Amino acid sequence: MKELKDLQIGESLEDVTLSPVSRLDLIKYAGASGDYNPIHTIDEEAEKAGLPGIIAHGMWTMGNLAKLFTPYYEEGFIEDYTIRFKGMVFLNDVITLNAILDDNKEEKMKFKVNATNQDGNEVIKGNVVLCKV
Amino acid sequence: MLKHGIGKRSNKVKNTVERGAVKKFAEAIGDLHPIFICEETGKQSRYKNNIAPPTFPRVFDYGTIEELNLPAKGLIHGEQIYHYERPLMVGENINCYSEVKDYYERNGKSGEMGFLLLKRYGEDLEGNLIFTEEQVVIITEAVRKEMMV
Repeated sequence: MKELKDLQIGESLEDVTLSPVSRLDLIKYAGASGDYNPIHTIDEEAEKAGLPGIIAHGMWTMGNLAKLFTPYYEEGFIEDYTIRFKGMVFLNDVITLNAILDDNKEEKMKFKVNATNQDGNEVIKGNVVLCKV
Repeated sequence: MLKHGIGKRSNKVKNTVERGAVKKFAEAIGDLHPIFICEETGKQSRYKNNIAPPTFPRVFDYGTIEELNLPAKGLIHGEQIYHYERPLMVGENINCYSEVKDYYERNGKSGEMGFLLLKRYGEDLEGNLIFTEEQVVIITEAVRKEMMV
């Protein structure tokens, strides 16, 4: 694993591709987060809401994306994490997480982050600012 | 309709960054890193403690803002923003509250949409800010009509 201090602007952290989204993933996230909105776990409720099926919690995807930075906590912590929800994540989607170093100052590193689905569409995008410790 | 709620705050609620809850949350986002769950790794780290993942504040109780009765269904989560002064430590107590920052309406493809900006705060027991969480919630025309009934 490359150390953050060796990363150049424009370079990515190592991408992570998640296993296909499963119902159990979303049930677990509902339980762990306390977000029991039924469109994430119950087919009939998702359909009633006009969706083709259950969708992942946006916060599940956002939570996953943060793990790109977890190995680097000895070098810095996430000071700002800004996400815009762009598209829905459905069962069996394969999500890839990506972070590109955008700016590097003495105390802070700024990354552009996104998660894309198997069709290459962005489902969430935003920025992470790491505060160097 | 929601405009009169701007500036309203909930009462502070004391929450604990519970070890078991952190582990369950880390597992749910597929991030069982020892910095979150292994006591020895936490002690050896520069934080001298285990920390919680940055999106963990989702689990806290932020109290209730009076007059803000959002429907349980049909809300769209538009944006989510976290700011941290430092990471959350496993085992610590946090006072949490929420505030209606703004509300406005815009015409969109599917009619008039409402945009609600909620801001949440987490402080230590001495009142020092640890984190804020901002949420943009989009309320569709259909849901807004239901709320007015």
